[in-house]
Amino acid sequence: MEAQTTPKLKKPPKPSKPITELWWFFAAAACVKLLLIPAYKSTDFEVHRHWLAITHSLPLSQWYFDETSPWTLDYPPFFAYFERLLSIFANLIDPQIVHLQKGLDYSSNTALYFQRISVIFSDLCLLHGIYRLTRKLDSTRQKLIWVLVVWSPMLVIVDHLHFQYNGFLLGILLISLSYLEEGRDVMGGLVFAVLLCFKHLFAVAAPVYFVYLLRHYCWKGFVRGFWRLFILGVIVVAVFAVAYGPFVYHGQMQQVIHRMFPFGRGLCHAYWAPNFWVFYIILDKVLAFLLGRLGFNIQAPAASFTGGIVGDLSPFAVLPQITPVTTFILVLLALSPCLIKAWRHPRPVRITRWVAYAYTCGFLFGWHVHEKAALHFVIPLAIVAVQSLDDSRHYFLLSTVSCYSLFPLLFEAQEYPIKVLLLLLHSMLMWLGFSAQFTKRISLELEKSEKKKDKEEGFVIGWVGWGYLVGILLVEISGQFLHPIIFGDKLPFIPLMLSSTYCALGTMYSFIWQLKWILDS
Amino acid sequence: MKHSREPTSRLLFAVSERFSDTSFSNPYSSSFNLFTSLSPKLCSVVHFVSKERSREMEKGTKRKVNNKKGKEEKLIVECDDESDAWWWLVHKGITASFLSIALFSLLVRVAVSLHPYSGAGSPPKYGDFEAQRHWMEITLNLPLKEWYRNSTVNDLRYWGLDYPPLTAYQSYVHGLFLRFFSPDSVALFTSRGHESYLGKLLMRWTVLSSDVLVFFPAVFYFVVVYYAGRNPSRSMSGIAWHMAIILLNPCLILIDHGHFQYNCISLGLTVGAIASLLSDKDLVACVLYSLALNHKQMSAYFAPAFFSHLLGKCLRRQYPFLQVLKLGLVVLGTFLIVWWPYVHSMEAFLGVLSRLAPFERGIFEDYVANFWCTTSVLVKWKRLFPTQTLKLLSFGATISSCLPSMIQQIWSPSKQGFLYGLLNSAFSFYLFSFQGRMGSKFVKALFVVVAWLRGTSQPNSEPQF
Repeated sequence: MEAQTTPKLKKPPKPSKPITELWWFFAAAACVKLLLIPAYKSTDFEVHRHWLAITHSLPLSQWYFDETSPWTLDYPPFFAYFERLLSIFANLIDPQIVHLQKGLDYSSNTALYFQRISVIFSDLCLLHGIYRLTRKLDSTRQKLIWVLVVWSPMLVIVDHLHFQYNGFLLGILLISLSYLEEGRDVMGGLVFAVLLCFKHLFAVAAPVYFVYLLRHYCWKGFVRGFWRLFILGVIVVAVFAVAYGPFVYHGQMQQVIHRMFPFGRGLCHAYWAPNFWVFYIILDKVLAFLLGRLGFNIQAPAASFTGGIVGDLSPFAVLPQITPVTTFILVLLALSPCLIKAWRHPRPVRITRWVAYAYTCGFLFGWHVHEKAALHFVIPLAIVAVQSLDDSRHYFLLSTVSCYSLFPLLFEAQEYPIKVLLLLLHSMLMWLGFSAQFTKRISLELEKSEKKKDKEEGFVIGWVGWGYLVGILLVEISGQFLHPIIFGDKLPFIPLMLSSTYCALGTMYSFIWQLKWILDS
Repeated sequence: MKHSREPTSRLLFAVSERFSDTSFSNPYSSSFNLFTSLSPKLCSVVHFVSKERSREMEKGTKRKVNNKKGKEEKLIVECDDESDAWWWLVHKGITASFLSIALFSLLVRVAVSLHPYSGAGSPPKYGDFEAQRHWMEITLNLPLKEWYRNSTVNDLRYWGLDYPPLTAYQSYVHGLFLRFFSPDSVALFTSRGHESYLGKLLMRWTVLSSDVLVFFPAVFYFVVVYYAGRNPSRSMSGIAWHMAIILLNPCLILIDHGHFQYNCISLGLTVGAIASLLSDKDLVACVLYSLALNHKQMSAYFAPAFFSHLLGKCLRRQYPFLQVLKLGLVVLGTFLIVWWPYVHSMEAFLGVLSRLAPFERGIFEDYVANFWCTTSVLVKWKRLFPTQTLKLLSFGATISSCLPSMIQQIWSPSKQGFLYGLLNSAFSFYLFSFQGRMGSKFVKALFVVVAWLRGTSQPNSEPQF
């Protein structure tokens, strides 16, 4: 992907102004990211290193069968090809990185620097996507979006500290969205199909893409419509054929799908993502407690939520069991207003919101959702955050809360100041940027009507918003400082529970706000 | 203190009017410095970007004039000064921009502090990290009078305390902090060469907190005082760049948070002294500068400038002698308080003093970019003269090189002249003083001063380094 993006970035259509500015933003972010190389990294680092080894040392037919390490390849084929590409360079730098057995848990400086820098490089894809999306905007909006996306603290935490390639994948999503916004539907669909073959979790937005492309691209009379549908179908099938073809040839499709969708995981991840199911679990606990008090015989649940991966056993004492099918239906139900809107008025300006909304639904009601999935809607929403005052207020809250909800990813003391500073800096920049953007407009309007009054409106969060944000501070203080004093080492899950419940309030608000916006539009 | 505020502000305003237009014509210089030192490989890229940017900034104003999108656009451009890409960051005034810049520079500091300190894992002497940790161990476990004295429990050959008492007190306070969380890291004897995840983290955090508590407020004070009386909305982006240049100074960050030292404290006190001098609070300036001197001897590099400016100021007042006496008493009082435990007996006092001035070393050590080192390629100073003569020689050279600005300041003290005097005396000490080791570490102080002047001087008089 990088090979494609770099030359494009070098010859922008307009005089070199915006692109060099963007490079400057990227360079500043990259320098901080380079400095963060020795910081904490999660097991995902070893996961990706092992994938480098698998794709480099084994023939393609064994990629999805290898069991040398518990970190088996569970991303779609394009990501495996991407790892194969990286492994060529890894092999040049240090052959031990890509050695299947000797490389296990290998984290010398060469491996560390190579993998960290590969993430920084793959961010060029994000840069290209954001450039395509913002090149037509005015300079202030452009810069605001760059601040929100290129300097996103969530991407720094997840990609550059925790270790993943989300910036790269989100870049592909943004490229696809930029094509759709320009009205180049075929390209948009093609890039989205490519994205699905990189990471299947992005499929939550597939219904929106399907409905939108069907109505906006294909709905042009009977013959022409079917011809276009046929073209689109051929393109998507071709992309999937490139990705899965070799595995179909080897007759391994069942194994690939089995690896990509590991069943038997619980409704929630060990650390609960701040979504709808948090409330469901809490309600269950409260009901069980109350009914127990009232004299009913409540059986203690067979499985616990705090014990990591949960199997088939029902973890609920009172409320009905949730199955993957239930969550699937709920996600579709939540999506349906958006799909209806997309069907009735398929307009390119709205597509980014719809896609972001789809990922919000997937995050809120999905099965075994990771807190990292919040990136899937926070980053696309940054594009629309600068469009109006209401959008910016909503985004300010959502982005702050989502970033805070990632805090448990970095649990070591060394990274504590980093995550706090990242969040504070991000909120500060958002506040300055949004108030600059919207105070300016208002002063302009005042200028028009020749009133010399001071601006009263502008970027204001309101009491409820501020109260909620101050609440984050209280939750953090109680979890980090009061909890160890009061409980010591006991009940370690309470701070996590508290923070994910509190953040779930914020994401629920965001969901309702987005839903309302979609219904009103 | 008979100076009223009026002339000061007028003077500052005059200075600002003179220099404001030309200031920060090269706003990325600080960031560029930072990148250069942080990652040499990125340097060329960044340099390219910054060059491009500067070209565009020049074009920027022209472009805006040609912008024919209607009157509304022009209005925005005029009221927001949009040719500056960073106006959105600074439009809320000094405090808000200072906060965001301070947050970013803190982030950079924390990120740098993740890396190993110099001397990590290299026994037997380790490095400055071990020196500072050892001082905490000594001050925490021994009585005050034993701190500077060689004894069976305090081996001065192993990182003996050789900084003035304020550093010792600071080590004691930080030692208390370390002992609370990790008693092993400051236990007497057993903690020598102590290296652990928690120990390193706590030590790093003591530097970070000193930076936040001393250096950052001092810089804020300085910027507020320095730009008082200007129209903040017009020169805001210039002020912001100035703050960024000071706070993101790569030398300071690398030496304090990478290499491991506490220069932020003595420099912060010096900056505070400069700021209070600029706001005509001479007594406060004296106290702060005396404290800086008592934290690190190297603060004396600024002494000629402070001395001459204050003397010049006093001479222009009604009772010059009384004024000088007042300042002298304040300085003496501050010193007395700091040195209180050691002034009871001459022996104790001299004992501490001899620890602070080790003259046994040569005129320069390796890798020092000062005058003696550079010219030794042509003139073999060490062979030509005995050490005693060299001492006199370097002393003479230092004094004579900072004399012009001193005389000028005594003759007609001015704020701008004072700032130049700081630069001048720092340079002359750095270039000509005896024993260059200190000089090599002093470079960063120099950079800070240079940064201040850069913010105010014409670009063609930009110091070369």
